[in-house]
Amino acid sequence: MSNLHLILTIIMLAPLFGAIAAGLFGRQIGRKGAHSVTIGSVAVSTVLSIYVFYHYIFNGAETYNAALYTWMVSDGIRFEIGFLIDSLSATMMLVVTFVSLMVHIYTIGYMDHDEDYDHDNPYYQRFFSYLSLFTFSMLSLVMANNFLQLFFGWEAVGLVSYLLIGFYMKRESAVVANLKAFLVNRVGDFGFILGIAMVFVYFGTMDYQEFFDKLSEHEHTMMTFIPGVEWSVITVMVILLFIGAMGKSAQMPLHVWLPESMEGPTPISALIHAATMVTAGIFMVARLSPAYEMSEAALQFILVVGALTAFMMGLLGIIQNDIKRVVAYSTLSQLGYMTAALGASAYAASMFHVLTHAFFKALLFLAAGSVIIAMHHIQDIRQMGGLKKHMPITYWAMLLGSLALIGFPGFAGFFSKDSILLAVGESEIAGSSFAYALLLMGVFVTAFYSFRMFFLVFHGNESDYVKSHKIHESPKVVTVPLILLAIPSVLLGLFMIQPILSGSYFADAIYVLPAQDVLASVYDKYYDGVVGFILHGFMSLPVWLAFAGVALAWFFYMKRPDIPAWINSKCTRGNYVLQHAYGFDRLNEIVFVNGSKRLGHFFWKSVDMRIIDTGLVNGTVNKVSGLAKMMRESQTGYMYHYAFVMIFGLLGLLIWALW
Amino acid sequence: MSLGYPILSTLIWLPIIVGFIVLFAGRNSPAFAKWFSLGGAILTFILSLPLYFAFDTTTSAMQFVERLSWIPQYNIEYFLGVDGLSMPLILLTTFTQILVIASAWSVIKVRVEQYMGAFMIMQGLMIGVFAALDSILFYVFWEALLIPMFIVIGIWGGPRRVYATMKFFLYTFLGSVFMLVAFLYMYFQSGSFSILDFHAMPIGMTAQILIFLAFLIAFAVKIPMFPVHTWLPDAHVEAPTAGSVVLAAIMLKMGGYGFVRFSLPITPDAAMTLDLLVIALSLIAIVYIGFIALIQSDMKKLVAYSSIAHMGFVTLGMFVVYAIVRNTGSVEGAALGMEGAMVQMISHGFISGAMFLAIGVLYDRMHTREIGAYGGVVNTMPWFTFFAVLFAMANAGLPGTSGFVGEFMVILSAFKANVWWGVLAATTLIVGAAYTLWMIKRVFFGEVANENVAKLQDLNRREFIIMSILAFAIVLLGVWPNPLLEVMHASVDNLLIQATTSKLY
Repeated sequence: MSNLHLILTIIMLAPLFGAIAAGLFGRQIGRKGAHSVTIGSVAVSTVLSIYVFYHYIFNGAETYNAALYTWMVSDGIRFEIGFLIDSLSATMMLVVTFVSLMVHIYTIGYMDHDEDYDHDNPYYQRFFSYLSLFTFSMLSLVMANNFLQLFFGWEAVGLVSYLLIGFYMKRESAVVANLKAFLVNRVGDFGFILGIAMVFVYFGTMDYQEFFDKLSEHEHTMMTFIPGVEWSVITVMVILLFIGAMGKSAQMPLHVWLPESMEGPTPISALIHAATMVTAGIFMVARLSPAYEMSEAALQFILVVGALTAFMMGLLGIIQNDIKRVVAYSTLSQLGYMTAALGASAYAASMFHVLTHAFFKALLFLAAGSVIIAMHHIQDIRQMGGLKKHMPITYWAMLLGSLALIGFPGFAGFFSKDSILLAVGESEIAGSSFAYALLLMGVFVTAFYSFRMFFLVFHGNESDYVKSHKIHESPKVVTVPLILLAIPSVLLGLFMIQPILSGSYFADAIYVLPAQDVLASVYDKYYDGVVGFILHGFMSLPVWLAFAGVALAWFFYMKRPDIPAWINSKCTRGNYVLQHAYGFDRLNEIVFVNGSKRLGHFFWKSVDMRIIDTGLVNGTVNKVSGLAKMMRESQTGYMYHYAFVMIFGLLGLLIWALW
Repeated sequence: MSLGYPILSTLIWLPIIVGFIVLFAGRNSPAFAKWFSLGGAILTFILSLPLYFAFDTTTSAMQFVERLSWIPQYNIEYFLGVDGLSMPLILLTTFTQILVIASAWSVIKVRVEQYMGAFMIMQGLMIGVFAALDSILFYVFWEALLIPMFIVIGIWGGPRRVYATMKFFLYTFLGSVFMLVAFLYMYFQSGSFSILDFHAMPIGMTAQILIFLAFLIAFAVKIPMFPVHTWLPDAHVEAPTAGSVVLAAIMLKMGGYGFVRFSLPITPDAAMTLDLLVIALSLIAIVYIGFIALIQSDMKKLVAYSSIAHMGFVTLGMFVVYAIVRNTGSVEGAALGMEGAMVQMISHGFISGAMFLAIGVLYDRMHTREIGAYGGVVNTMPWFTFFAVLFAMANAGLPGTSGFVGEFMVILSAFKANVWWGVLAATTLIVGAAYTLWMIKRVFFGEVANENVAKLQDLNRREFIIMSILAFAIVLLGVWPNPLLEVMHASVDNLLIQATTSKLY
């Protein structure tokens, strides 16, 4: 076993060890023991991930592809658990472990007191156990070298997400939300597993590398599943896999679970529902870029889904009043940007946005959590206001995060988002101009809702609540992670933009057809050094749209709050549509939830009970007993009756024998 | 392979002898009845382990064979042996038995010795079913099993136990009579009752079809398949916990085992002709029964329906081979389905056993299985909730648990046979999760629903150990199924050859 193999094994398993220790022996080791062991094990993973990252990104190490153990062999196919480590997985490993470590530390402060639980309830240990279990699951997903393990990690993060959304198990809203999250994700997984089945059927392997090697063989393979209509195997396969990504990365119409996932405690909103898990779908498509490149139809589909999600979910961010929901809708919208980039074949830009978003969105969530702590778990931004002077560190963290989010030139989010916009603008596949328009409008919307929240929370007049309560800055375990996350949120882009656009960063992991390589043409046309790129940003439309959004938010909510109120009262219909989030929930409720129940009732009452049981089974029984009754009546007990029957019987036999 | 002693006979007769001893000697001493049975079950389990460790994985031939003449006039033999298809099921039986005995420890208060005795005898008979290679011997074990199960449900069952036992008995008995007729027919053709001789004998098409249908009725009732499944929910609801566990974990598997031991190798041509019938019934079981499970308000009924849906994967995996051969010209991809079906049987043994035991834990405390009577159980029983959620996730086929392995394999293989079969089978991902987790939500989460729930005590030590063992088995098989698959490969390959080689003359 090589050194690297051992290191990778430790990276993956250390958080699992922490999770088991804190989860099963939480009472024995106590609170301190639980957070020490989980933070310690995640720290080990983080440090080793930094080493692996350095090894791959700076030393350009060879791709490492090896099995950890054989899960099973069946039908001559090896199903293995293993590692595929290259620039893509090394980067994701670092992001996952680093953000996870920050969230672990932050949690010490956030979960210290909890109104839902008594102090002697080991909820605290359980929470740390889940966090570490999540880290393990996410690592096994990003480190996988095969579809089986990908699916394992995929479902395991879904499980932990389920457990964490429903962490406040007494709250009806929380346990409804987690059931919904799991089931909606299962709808995506339904597509995903069928995609994996296609990999099995046409490629006969679960291993990524073997799959890539065989891709060209099936370039023109067709299949029919509706008679008379032929489909390209690769297109169907990658769209099925993408349906899985739509569930996990919350693309319309499978996005409905993410806003409600905010029922979970804030640290997990940051870690799972913003920084890492929801980007699993993006990661998966990037990982399988050689396959996606072969299907333009699939890319078009992805592009349009992403752009629609980016714009429509952003709009919903404007009308939210719960601080976490604003950030949640912003996450949905940003995931749309990432997805759209995938559709434009700008995988590297998409992954770039995954990275910058991981940091600045975790920052925003944790800052929002810090506000929530200060406000004693009040989350309504209308009850806040003027918090700036009470919590300066949180204020600056939120400001930097928001600037990164809206793409202020120079901030990390600017580089990644501008790459995406330029790439989609360069793209020539069908639907790209439509997508580009949506994404541009989305920039304005993003800036508007972000700063609406920012102004309402930190500026303006103090609300009655703020006046009447002592609001103070959160403890160090909360603020230090904020500061540590703020650094990459501001600086990361400066270092990464060049290698990302030039294609050198993910050269060993992401494959783009030369004809579709939009990032390369963006690089040629727009990139002449970091400073030049920033200057170019200042002179281009998206940045001014962002500024306009900020300005309008300030004008509406600081200067003339009567205007948005007036608009609300005038545009009742539009407001209604937005308040009901376009009616997706209502539709699901009526069609799928009630429909399934009704179908179940019909099957049970009408088919199982009426036709089968009453009709056939008991019907048969009744007939049998009817027959028995007849027979019973024939048994009269009179000897001469029996004698008669015997004689007739004998006669019959004789006749039959002599015939 | 053989050891120095008749291991299969030991495994069959040891529990039966223990059962009779308990029955007669334990009349005045419930403690003796329990401990002696538990000891017998543990000893049987330990003695069954050599089956796995001394098993030769390279051959599909019968191993640990014992063959004696029994009724020479009719050439009926006492003929035992196992291969990679039956051996895991015997281990599942001996493993489950320990939990079954332990689960009844403090619940059964009347006629303890009869209860324990019935279960011990049942265990021996079930092992006999899986080990018998003579069809009459098989039939004797198969039918004899009905008696103790009839007694268990009839005496210790719920209020509608008489209806349930009659339904259970008539259904299964009706099914097996057809099987007996098929055996007799083949005996008259071949002069032997040996199942291996049946495998080898050529049979004409009409006869094959009739034999296949006779088997289908017998096994479909046992599994159970749509539309002969309605006895199962009734039987489960009325059966005591241990009865449900045995029923779900072992007895249903006898139907699945029947297909691989009888239908496919004996009547391959008929199976090839009628495979769509079985596939259609399997898919109905998966989809249709899933929706029925969704709306059950009785936990046991819900799990019973879920069992039927999960057993649909067993029959689906076993019969996809023919469509794969028709479409691609080779059996490649079929072994995955067949092995998936076998894994699904073992896994379902663990999971359904675990689910019924978990429901038993609640029932023992609250004496109701209505979902509506619960709510917020997590607040009073956190450890129990931990296990219940784990089992539920396994039931929903979460990767990393055994429930995933078989379903995954069967879905892949079914997709290869026909895209739509794969699509329909994969709906279980959604529906299975929906009915299982919705039940979990209503029973375990939320505020404490009423004062009865508030008074609940968490698992005691005995229950904790039972749950832990099952959880361990479920996770182990999910994380590393290879040790189970290794022992099957040779037998499954051989079975696929048998199933696709024509026996027409």
